Amino acid sequence: MKILVTFAEVAAVADNFEIEDGAVADRYLEYDLNEWDEYALEAAVSLREEGIAEEVVTVTIGPERSADTIRMALAKGADRAIRIWDDDLRGDPLEDVSTRAALMAPVVEAEAPTLVLSGVQAADDGYGSTGVSLARTLGWQWGAVVNDFTLDREADSVRVRRELEGGIEEITTLSLPAVLTIQTGINDPRYASLRGLQEAQAQEIDVQSPAELGVWADRLEPRLERGELTEPPSRGDTEYVEGDPPEQATAIADRLLEAGVVQE
Amino acid sequence: MSDVLAVVEHRRGEIRDVSLELLGAGADLADDLDGELHVAVIGGNAEAIADRLDRDGVDVIHTIADGAEFNHDVYVQAVGALYEALEPAVVLTPHTVNALDYVPAVAVDLDLPLVTDVIDMEVSDEGLQTTRSLYESKIDATVTITERPCVVTLRPGEWARATGVGSVPVEDFEFELDESAVGSRVEGFEEAGTGDVDVTAADFLIGVGRGIGEAENLSVIEDLAAVTDATIAASRPLVDNGWFDTSRQVGQSGKTVSPDVYLAVGISGAVQHVAGIKGADTIIAVNTDPHAPIFDIADQAIVGDLFDVIPELTEQLR
Repeated sequence: MKILVTFAEVAAVADNFEIEDGAVADRYLEYDLNEWDEYALEAAVSLREEGIAEEVVTVTIGPERSADTIRMALAKGADRAIRIWDDDLRGDPLEDVSTRAALMAPVVEAEAPTLVLSGVQAADDGYGSTGVSLARTLGWQWGAVVNDFTLDREADSVRVRRELEGGIEEITTLSLPAVLTIQTGINDPRYASLRGLQEAQAQEIDVQSPAELGVWADRLEPRLERGELTEPPSRGDTEYVEGDPPEQATAIADRLLEAGVVQE
Repeated sequence: MSDVLAVVEHRRGEIRDVSLELLGAGADLADDLDGELHVAVIGGNAEAIADRLDRDGVDVIHTIADGAEFNHDVYVQAVGALYEALEPAVVLTPHTVNALDYVPAVAVDLDLPLVTDVIDMEVSDEGLQTTRSLYESKIDATVTITERPCVVTLRPGEWARATGVGSVPVEDFEFELDESAVGSRVEGFEEAGTGDVDVTAADFLIGVGRGIGEAENLSVIEDLAAVTDATIAASRPLVDNGWFDTSRQVGQSGKTVSPDVYLAVGISGAVQHVAGIKGADTIIAVNTDPHAPIFDIADQAIVGDLFDVIPELTEQLR
């Protein structure tokens, strides 16, 4: 069987950044493979190593810059990579999760995997909706926030453990094919080896445009508009402790004494 | 088309607190839209749960009997059917694990724009203007939904709970469930973790996060805990690394704690973690990143290196 992994290149802001004209300048952004998707990729590669899957293919929506991240995924064991892009996707179209699902669905249909694995959410925008939107667009079953799963090929099903709030887990059986959104902690993602990274440099990434995938411009008309970015309002009564480490430690000690959780 | 449909969440017969926040937010939004607030309870003992939703601002409660517990296939069909019957302007749900499991499918089925994890919203001439957190809560962004109807999920803890007792009609909503489209089967629930310590009972809790770097650095925290008789808790990444048992995980998917003091060390303050510590009387945070969102909720903020500050604190208290 084949497993397809959707993963995103995500941006993180540097510790010291500034918002200029309502946006974060690119020089303050660092791009990386989305943490949740790393766990999804590791789950897929492990299944191939166990002989349960034959091939692991990744799909990413992203500009040429994201090729670096895609090669990281190849170095971690993916067999092939597909990148979806067109400059028309810059800006607002990808704010709408259904657009991402519409772009990925033709790739899934063409590849016809048994399982699609996706991270629960992207670290930068945190919509947490791509996997389930994709499943529904395909008419497949799905499981969200999965922290363990077991395939039953004879029954054509997958048994998933879903992590609910407050330390409760739900156990659910789904029919295949299915999309699972993978929670962190499900495994121990491997590091990319130097040799793997070198080999990944030589691998071809299959780039496909929305038009090639049969997703036309009207589907990309934004229904959501990203406005200005701002720093979150502070609660206002936070006491910032200035000084060197001994002075800062003294301030904490005073608070602990005041609260009565330590004694003099 | 100006009504709001709020779909509440319950588990094992209990209404979840986020549902009361949803009613508060839904009532405000319905007021702004000059419409009514319709509330849906799906599955479980819907009628008993409906009694707890009889709050000011709610206009009608719809109970849908299908399903003993949450099942995403049933929820997708039920919300779709109720949507068709009511034609609301906005569908609201709490932003929870179960919402992540069915709301995107509802939006696809109904071809509605979806915005999740919203922390504020306002009706404007351009549409429904929402506010969301980006980049691990370091930045807020406005996202305007230019089409109505739409679907929105609300971050727990951001809205006041609806209060008061109204006199709200409860109506049983019936629809024909397509059993052949139910491809998932919920088999049961289990408690996570083996539980080597009860972090919810601690008066002084030291929470450790990713800033600690390596497992061997934990001795810095253990020394402080030994001197102060504190209990150590952890944020999710450290539990994922296998450095702590799940029972020590604090946050949305772990434990909710309410100590006298929560000392957050090397914790950035991801929303999932913050959800678990809001009940602390005093929050003290030590982090090198001046933009760490933990500082937004801390009573005392130390922008500094934990490896300088914590050993010094241990020595002072020894």
